[in-house]
Amino acid sequence: MELLSNLAIGFDIALSPYTLMLAVIGCFIGTIIGALPGLGPSNGVAILIPLTFTMGLDATSALVLMTSVYYGAMYGGRISSILLNIPGDEPALMTTLDGYPMAKAGRAGDALVLSGVASFVGAFLATIGLMLLAPLLARVAFLFGPAEYFALYLLAFATLGGMASNNQAKAAIASCIGLGIAMIGVDNNSGMPRLTGGNMHLFDGIDFLVAIVGLFAIAEVFFFIESHGKNTSIGVKLEKVTIPVKDIMASGWTMLRSSLVGFIAGVLPGAGASLGSFLAYMSEKSIAGEKGGFGTGVPKGIAAPEAGNNAAAGGALVPMLTLGVPGSGTTAVLLALLMTLNITPGPMLFTERPEVVWGLIASLLIANFVLLLMNVPMVKIFVKILSVPPWVLLPGVTMISFVGIYSLSGSYFDLLLMVAFGVLGYVLRKLDVPTVPVILGILLGGHMEDALRRAMVLSSGDWTFLFSSGISITLWIVAIVGFVAPMFLRNVLRKPQRITD
Amino acid sequence: MASDRIFGAVVTLVALAYIASAMQIQSSFMADPVGPRTFPILIGSVAALCGIIVAVKPDPDPDWPMLATFGSLAVAVLVLVGYAYALKPLGFLIPTAITASILSYQIEPRAGRAVLAGIGLSIGLFLIFKFALGLGLVPFPKSLTG
Repeated sequence: MELLSNLAIGFDIALSPYTLMLAVIGCFIGTIIGALPGLGPSNGVAILIPLTFTMGLDATSALVLMTSVYYGAMYGGRISSILLNIPGDEPALMTTLDGYPMAKAGRAGDALVLSGVASFVGAFLATIGLMLLAPLLARVAFLFGPAEYFALYLLAFATLGGMASNNQAKAAIASCIGLGIAMIGVDNNSGMPRLTGGNMHLFDGIDFLVAIVGLFAIAEVFFFIESHGKNTSIGVKLEKVTIPVKDIMASGWTMLRSSLVGFIAGVLPGAGASLGSFLAYMSEKSIAGEKGGFGTGVPKGIAAPEAGNNAAAGGALVPMLTLGVPGSGTTAVLLALLMTLNITPGPMLFTERPEVVWGLIASLLIANFVLLLMNVPMVKIFVKILSVPPWVLLPGVTMISFVGIYSLSGSYFDLLLMVAFGVLGYVLRKLDVPTVPVILGILLGGHMEDALRRAMVLSSGDWTFLFSSGISITLWIVAIVGFVAPMFLRNVLRKPQRITD
Repeated sequence: MASDRIFGAVVTLVALAYIASAMQIQSSFMADPVGPRTFPILIGSVAALCGIIVAVKPDPDPDWPMLATFGSLAVAVLVLVGYAYALKPLGFLIPTAITASILSYQIEPRAGRAVLAGIGLSIGLFLIFKFALGLGLVPFPKSLTG
């Protein structure tokens, strides 16, 4: 019963009053962040990382705080999806398909409570899955050498580019932008500066936090300036909130099935979370058939993507913790947090720092219950927050981003870079180029090159070494299939587009 | 169509420039079989290839905003760049109030409310950062307070 003793370590840490307080604060802030239009989980967590870092919390506390924010944002995201038809991030898109029609039909309260319960089921089951699967995968991960890691990184980029985007070439360009940026700075192996153009500020490389905050938060401001903050007022009324017991019971199996689908998709490195809610919604839609009325505001259409989305968020933590490869945009941001805290994710994390892993898992379980309590009876408070007008919110976000990045290094150069990344993010998103691969590239570029070079040192330059083990061959095949197959499945697996009214 | 053709061409050119500068990277005596050049060149090549693909097979054009909107986006970028330079010498409060007001006005053009939002955000955030989070922010220029 190793699992139970590990959990005991975890709860020992997570149930200390201080950690518990951090978890509650994190859940609260996270729900607000998720609910605010224009602040999704990824950019919300991104702008908080530099601040957490400067507050000088120890690794476990910081991790507990930020993962509570992460889970909270996944819960909160449904509020703006349902009431405003604005998904906070890519996976939340599916919730708008039935959530918004249901809210317009005068059942906003029911939709919010139902989705809250579905989120809880998805996240809870996924956390259990994480507990069971992560230690197993960590054991497998010990078999990974540099050649396998190189193939794994490639797999992450391939699935992310293949499944989560509309155009493979553009996704590949995005990955290359990220990887290319990661190369800037002093080379670890030879100690020589690379691609700095002689600029002293670039010798240390470009901090991934600067890039993340720029691409996510600053770019969002430009979008709001373009649209003049239109489409953000609440179009639907929220009357008294009651618990729709009948709907919850009726969609029980849907929640369980969707959680399973979402979790499995979330575990895939790269594409995880958006694939999770998409597959959950699509499979329930085909189970319900034509008569199910998906897309018109049926309870199952809300329960499925929301359970799938939250299960995928938990599942995405599995590859992130055991292999150091994130499964979604937001877990990429969490990986950035770990790297900032000097924690190297990977199989060693489970043996060397069990208190971090199990403390995290225990606080996820606690956060889940806290979130259910916060999100069902107190949902009206969070709905009030939606009425913060964008002309206060977005300047506020910008200022917080500036102070956060400024407090990291105290250099104006990083602030300029952040603005530049904001412009880049705006242009890329306009051209339908995904920005998550850019982040992933910056985060993993150094590791990917290291893996390649170490593999070549081991084999003294023999390139066939990259395909010499069963694991690496499998990873290469999955990578290629994951990148190429969606091109042919495009007509079958067409993503539902946002409904407009 | 046109946007993607331009984007593809720009990506290809930048990628070629990237490859060219990667060729110039010096190796040291501690050479490994791959060396510091190979991986950057590999990335550049993939990017160049994909740039050509995008230029040859473009997607439909996005809805670009009107010229006036581009003007206000450019103003926003300039204001943010100015803010980046001003934050250290001028302290937190004054540049933040000005920048936040301008951004607020750009999102919804009502001058009075925008100025209020700017001043409110500046003071409110300062209090939060300074006293709740304990960041060492300087409120006013050093020359004023001595």
